[in-house]
Amino acid sequence: MSLREAKLSRQAKGGFHVIELKNVSYGYGDTDLLSDVSLEIQPGSFHFLTGPSGSGKTTFLKLCYLDLLATSGQITVFGKHVSQMMRDDIAFTRRRIGVVHQDCQFLDHLPLAQNVTLPLEVADRADEDENLDELLAWVGLADRKSALPPQLSGGERQRAALARAIIMSPDFIIADEPTGNVDWEMSQRLLSLLIELNKMGKTILIATHDLNLIRAAKQQVAARVLRLRDKQLQLAGADL
Amino acid sequence: MDFKRWNLQAVLETTGDKVVPPSGYTARLTLFTSAAMAFLAVFALALSLATGRLADRWSSELSRTATVRISAPAGQLAAQTAAVLAVLKTTPGVKNARVLDEADERALLEPWFGKNLPLDTLPIPKLIEILQNEDGIDADGLRLRLQGEAPGAIFDDHTRWRQPLVTAASRLRTLGLVAIVLIIVTTGAMITLAANSALAANSKVIRVLRLVGARDVFVARAFVRQFTLRAFVGALVGALLGGLSNAALPSAADTSGFLSGMGLQGTDWLWLMLIPFLAALVAFAATRAAAFRTLKEMT
Repeated sequence: MSLREAKLSRQAKGGFHVIELKNVSYGYGDTDLLSDVSLEIQPGSFHFLTGPSGSGKTTFLKLCYLDLLATSGQITVFGKHVSQMMRDDIAFTRRRIGVVHQDCQFLDHLPLAQNVTLPLEVADRADEDENLDELLAWVGLADRKSALPPQLSGGERQRAALARAIIMSPDFIIADEPTGNVDWEMSQRLLSLLIELNKMGKTILIATHDLNLIRAAKQQVAARVLRLRDKQLQLAGADL
Repeated sequence: MDFKRWNLQAVLETTGDKVVPPSGYTARLTLFTSAAMAFLAVFALALSLATGRLADRWSSELSRTATVRISAPAGQLAAQTAAVLAVLKTTPGVKNARVLDEADERALLEPWFGKNLPLDTLPIPKLIEILQNEDGIDADGLRLRLQGEAPGAIFDDHTRWRQPLVTAASRLRTLGLVAIVLIIVTTGAMITLAANSALAANSKVIRVLRLVGARDVFVARAFVRQFTLRAFVGALVGALLGGLSNAALPSAADTSGFLSGMGLQGTDWLWLMLIPFLAALVAFAATRAAAFRTLKEMT
């Protein structure tokens, strides 16, 4: 771990929110996709983000994992202002955020095992993959480690993406429609894995339009539900 | 020996960085460009080294020799020749002075007038070849003394036509060096284009790497390794082919005249070994610059 990485880690352990958004807006040109959004996510919490298609859920998540920069307002991740981060700081911060992308985002020429251990490799920690077999067994992919991503089914890809998201033991896990391409049984299995991670102390933020999934989760974990509507973020009530 | 294992592409794929797909036309373009440029660089190097050698040789050989030409009526020719030889004997800087005999004169004129030239019927001046020692001759002093002792004698220290030859050879050497610089710059430009193309073609790979926390230096390194290795292998092949072609050039012993020995000679061959490393260095710098420029443009 580099000095800068260690500094970021120390800042995060000093009682900061995992992520804090203050009056954040984001848009292209004159069109705002998100307007004046504020939110604090506490360590160890479980959040769902819901809203109709095109409401800006993915944009919101991209702001959270620093794939996009806010056009106005302030975002603080692990106690550090995003606007003050250098390029390397952004890379180090991303290592502490595990992301399950909607389209999974794999390197198609590498087998599953190497895709899953990619975060370790980019962090020069490739020798710390001793738990890979256990991790793949946990997500039910122990016998698929040599398969190339295009050979995997939708559910397998989602579980592989989850394995890659957590291999660095990140503090914050973000999942964008993780159950979008899988059947109900598989979505329940993925949800169980995420709930298990939350019970281990990980902070979870899931974007989904699947209200049944949210209802199922709320029976097992104290989850807050955020709703994006009219470019604004609202706390959803008992209608769920 | 299992020759199937000696597959160049396989070598590149196993030694290159695996996060970037190794195949594609950029790989072939880099290999071909490096090989072609290294091949050309061998000849530019040979030209530069050989003309440098030639300039030195002409300069030193011609500056050590001089000629006295005696044009006088037939009755005075022998007396003036003897007078010139007497002057030369007492001139500091003269190591040896020799009157060219008929055979020498015939050999000199033969390339221009052919064989069986009737020398005895032609008013051919007498020529005295002078070899100078390291101190050299005071040309102006000698001319004044010859004017007094042998009015028909003209001293020629070859400066008039030696200088343009040496200048021409020096310019050829400079041209060779300019060609090498152009080859290096062109190689860099071609590899930059190939690297830019590879970076664009692998934008998804770069995006995934960045999303899982890769620093710019990691992403750049993945491309730099591949292009540096390809440039090295390509240049190695090109330099070997260039070296073989150079070795096939006619040697100095087979030819005569001013342009003999234009290929690589002796220790010149050691320079050949530098070409693959130079190509790798150029590829390293070009790809690194291209990669960081591209990454910086990505938010």
